[in-house]
Formats: sequence, structure tokens, C-alpha cells
Amino acid sequence: MKTEAAILRRNSLLLILLAMLCLPLADLELSFPDFWPELSRLGIAIVTPEVIDGWQLLSVLTTTLSFAFQGVVIGAVAGFVLALGYGNAWVRGFAAFIRAIHELFWALIFIQLTGLTSLTGLLALAIPYAGTFAKVFGEIFEESDHKPRDALTGSRFVVFFYTTLPLAWRRMVDYSAYRFECGIRSSVVLGFVGLPTVGFHLESLFSQGEYSQAVAMLYALFLIIGSTRLWLIKQLIPLYVLLSFVWLPPVADIQWSMIWQFFTVDIVPAPLKYSTGSLSDWFRLLFSKQIGPGIANTMILTQLSLAMTLLFAVLLIPLRSKLFCGNGRIVGHSLLVMLRTTPEYLLAFIGVIVLGPSMLPGMLALSIHNAAILAHLSGRFVDQLAFREDRPSGMLLYCYEVLPRIYRQFMALLLYRWEVIQRESAILGILGIPTLGFYIDSAFEEFRLDRAMLLILVTALLNVLIDKCARSLRPSSG
Amino acid sequence: MTKTCQPLFRLENESLGYGDHQVLQPFDLTVNQGEKIALIGQSGSGKSTLLRHLRSLSPDIIAWCPQDPGLVPMLSTFHNTYAGSLGQYSLFYNLLNLVFPQKKAIADVRDILMLLGLSEYLSKPVSQLSGGQMQRVGLARAMASGQSLFLGDEPVSAVDEYQAKELMRLISEKHDTCIVALHDIELALAFATRIIGLKDGQIMIDQSAETISSEQITALYSADNED
Repeated sequence: MKTEAAILRRNSLLLILLAMLCLPLADLELSFPDFWPELSRLGIAIVTPEVIDGWQLLSVLTTTLSFAFQGVVIGAVAGFVLALGYGNAWVRGFAAFIRAIHELFWALIFIQLTGLTSLTGLLALAIPYAGTFAKVFGEIFEESDHKPRDALTGSRFVVFFYTTLPLAWRRMVDYSAYRFECGIRSSVVLGFVGLPTVGFHLESLFSQGEYSQAVAMLYALFLIIGSTRLWLIKQLIPLYVLLSFVWLPPVADIQWSMIWQFFTVDIVPAPLKYSTGSLSDWFRLLFSKQIGPGIANTMILTQLSLAMTLLFAVLLIPLRSKLFCGNGRIVGHSLLVMLRTTPEYLLAFIGVIVLGPSMLPGMLALSIHNAAILAHLSGRFVDQLAFREDRPSGMLLYCYEVLPRIYRQFMALLLYRWEVIQRESAILGILGIPTLGFYIDSAFEEFRLDRAMLLILVTALLNVLIDKCARSLRPSSG
Repeated sequence: MTKTCQPLFRLENESLGYGDHQVLQPFDLTVNQGEKIALIGQSGSGKSTLLRHLRSLSPDIIAWCPQDPGLVPMLSTFHNTYAGSLGQYSLFYNLLNLVFPQKKAIADVRDILMLLGLSEYLSKPVSQLSGGQMQRVGLARAMASGQSLFLGDEPVSAVDEYQAKELMRLISEKHDTCIVALHDIELALAFATRIIGLKDGQIMIDQSAETISSEQITALYSADNED
């Protein structure tokens, strides 16, 4: 009979083998036109950060935080309403669908409807977050003690407010507070499609070659993200939310005729709109030129990144563990904090500047970011382990005692990241890597909204599929 | 009383269980208005199953007091008690009382808590109460429903003997009809007009409390001699 370790080893090797098969298909070319000069300029900028206009920096950061707070709050409220009906399969399906579409794609859609406005940013964050909140709140409600509600009579709606909601409240608040951190990262990234957050200014500063200013903005961002523990306090969140609405009222000059046109003309497939050619020809062409290659590249990048995440994480775990690094782990710990709190999109963006637009920066960004998260979560298990007195040390200890014990949880976490990595792989296309996001972004640029919507739909369905796959493969915890 | 007595429950050849597991063998049972019934028998004999079944027949007219009161620890004694009366009020009034308890609701709840010696805990979260106090909150919640048919599963198991007697007297006084599972035989005999004894999923005793003999009770609680 096979041991559990043997099965886990086989699965890991399969994962790496699959990535090796993807390798020849991947475009990993180091297209460094100005690799060394760029790198040295970046290197110089890292030690010479420069702030020209402090007030402007502050205002950009406040706007970034405002989008995050509004998006998460509205998302939480909408998600709560959806969670009330979470027993219904249609509601669950709807929630899964809206969270399968990345906030950047939502932003690209809403820019067509409500322009580059604060309302667009709010909706782009709130909608996918509502899907996630619906799932998490719905599961919390299901898990909460059913005895109180069974003991009462009266309408189920009222009974819910008197039993399940107070029972679930604490977990809901804790989870929402955590989501604010994610919201900040998402808000930063929204800038890359034109909303006035940190991402927007980083992109323009880098493209103008103002590296020192860009680096200063990055430092300010790290400072904010790294210090959430100090200022993102549950009790203060209502105040922050209020201030965010004062600072950035979610308004837009809505032109209903444009919205009407969007739904009735813009997104109608071209053959139907202009009655030229057949729908199936249109689809076949789109599939062979964009959807097919887009899916292939997205999956290639996903599998490569997943395998690299596994390798990096195995290397990084000792870095944050007391067992291996003693007090030196503080350094490792801080490094991991920085890597996992920086949005992967931002890492990829910097990667593309230095390495050129191939899959290489995308793969590095995704695997480094996710490996840091995995190492952080697995490292916590390591510190809980107890060892025999005559244990080996160093490398032997890690390979023979530590890894086998934590590997089960490690693989479960890795599979959970699979869906996240896939979602991000698609999105990195906006940076020029030819995954699905690349074709979606181009379609929006060419104002071919029918194509864009179909591609987004395909991307969302692919994500739901991967999520289902990962769920069935995940070893049960315990 | 000369009421035209429509029985509250009439079960004929009923058997209860879940899945393949039969808890109660086929039995007949009629409960009339005004009866005070004690359910006795060893644990696992089917008392709780019978009570839950009776409740499921018409939950809206029953003051229900389950064995585990199922309180919401983070809510106050007021809210946990008021929750028993949710069926009587409008949606708006119920939600209003959750956030801003109204004078009238507080007064009503306080009256009930007074009877149970809990009025000083009105605004305390029930997580801070003792086991016996929590059980009394469960009782208060049942009484808050305002129904005259009380179904209780060991409603006084966590309080002392003296208090148990007082509480049973109160339950009996406030409810026209009572069906209560009790493990304390003496208490059962003092409170009930009718005793139903269950053993191994069968109704062994069903008779007036006055005519019951100690032999019958000994037989009910004796170990199985069938196997």
C-alpha cells in the first residue's frame, strides 16, 4: 500500500512534470532591450527616492484607500443580502459568477458605462467582493449553531436576526476587517486601467522614467500596507468609511443613452449587428485567433507559476521559522510580509519594465507573491511541531521531519491558490503577456465590446471550472 | 370544566424514528386540554423524540422548552426571552426591539423574569449567566410565547430541588396544558395529573398520577431482563 507521503510526492511531481511540458510552449524570452541600463536606473532609484509634491502623494494615497473602503463596505452589504439566500443554488451560482470576473475586468466594463469616475471604481471593487462576501457569510451562517433557531417560532427572517446573525456577527466582522487589506491591494491595481489610484501614478511615473518618484510612491504604499496592523482597527473602520465617502463621493455623470447603447448595440456580436457573415464563423475565427491562444497561454502561465510557487515556497518556509533561522527570522519574516502584501500585478508590472513583456515577469511575480503567502501560512504549522530530542538538524531536519509533517496542509493551501493564480494569470495579460486579459484589453481598446464581453465570459467560466477542479482534488483537512 | 373537549393531540398507531432506526414502536396517544402530563423513563427511552414530534405537529401554538435551551450567548436576557414571542408581533416591531428595545416589550419581559427570579439580569448577556440561570431563561422564553400548551424536555434539570418544585408549580399555573419530560419521579408525581412511562420505545405506563404504584415505577427503571 502506498503511504500518504508517496501520494503527495507523486502529486507534486506530476505538478512539476506538467509545468515542464508547458515550458517549451511558454514565451519566456528575456526581451531585454535595455536590461542593464534599466536595472541600474531602478537600482539607483531604490536608494534615491524622491518626493516632489508631498500633498499630491498624500492625496493619491487617500484616494486609493477611499476606493478600498467604499468597495469593501458596499460589497459586504450586498454580499450579506446575497448570503441570506445562499441556500438557493441560483444565488450561489450568481455569487460564483460575479466573483470569477476580476475587479480589473469589471472596471474595464464600467468605464464604458459610467466613464473614468469614482462610481466606476466603487462598482468594480464592490461587485466581485459581494460575490466573495456572499460565499463566506453564507458558509458562516450554515456553520452557526442551529439549536437557537430551531427552538423559536415566527418568520424565518426575523428568527435569523435574533439567532443566526448575532451568533455569526463576530466572525463576519473579523473577516470583513481582513478584506479591507485585500481591498487596498485591489484599489492600487485599479489604477492600471486609469482610475486615479496609486497604480495609475506608478504607471505614468515609470513610463516617464521618473524612477525615483515612482520608488518613493512604492515605499509610501509599502508603509501603508505593512502597517495596517497599527491603523486598520475594527473600531475605526466606520470612521474611515465615512471619511472615504466625504473625500471621494461616488458620483458619475450617467448618460442613459450610452448605457442603453452599450447593451443594445455595443455588446451585440458583430455579425448580428451588421448582418455580415454568420455567427458561427465569427465565433470560430475569434476562437482560433484569441480565445484558444488566450486560454492556452493563461493555462501555461498558471501551471508554470503553480509549480514555481511550490518550489519557492519550499525554499522560503525555513526563512520565517524559529526552528531554522532563530532570531534571524525577523529578516525573512519582513521580506515575506513585503512580498505577500504587494499586489502580484504590481510585481509583474515592475518585472515587465526590467525583463520585457514575456511570461517570465508574470511567472516570477505570481510565484514569488503566492510562495510568500504559502510560506507564511505553512511556517505557522512548523512552529507548532514538536520533535524528538535526537533530531537531525538543518537540511536533514527540514527534509525528513518538517516537510513530511506539514506537506498535507501545504498541498491543500497550494491547491487553494490554484484558482487565485489562474485568475491573476488572465489579468496579467493587460501588461502585454498574451493571456486572456491581453485580448480583453485589446478588444476594449479597439472598442470591440462584443469580443470583450465574450472573452470575459470565457475567462469567468474557466475560473469557475478551475475552482471546481481544485475543490475536488483538495485533500480533506484533518 | 364543561368544555367540549376537542383533544389537543390524537395519535393513532404512530411510530417514530429517524432513518431505519425506530425510536418509538407503534402507539396510541390522546392529549386533552387541561391535562398535566409527566413523561418518565430512562434516558434513551424516547421521551425527547415524542416531545419533538408533538411540537412539530403544531409548533405555533406551543410554549416550547427544549433540553438544551439553545440561547444566543451574545444577546441579553431580554432579547433571549423576547425571542420566544417573535410570532406574535410584526416584522418591524421585532426588528425594532432587536436594536432599540421598546418600553412595552421590556415591561412584558420583566414581568416574566420577575416570576423566575431573573429580573436583575435583564440586560446582561446570557453568556455571563450560570447553567441554572440559562435554563430559567429558556423557560422564560417559552413563557414569553404566551401559549397555553407547554411542552418541556427536562426544563428544571439544572436547578436545585426546591427551586425545581417552585418552577414546576409556576409552569403548571401559567399553562393550561403541560407535557413535561422529567427524570425526578417525586417531582413528576407532585406536578402531574397523568403519568406516561416510556421504556425501550414503548409506552409502558399511561395512567392517572394518583393510581400509580411504586412497583410500576421500579419496573419502568429496572434493567432489561429480556436479553
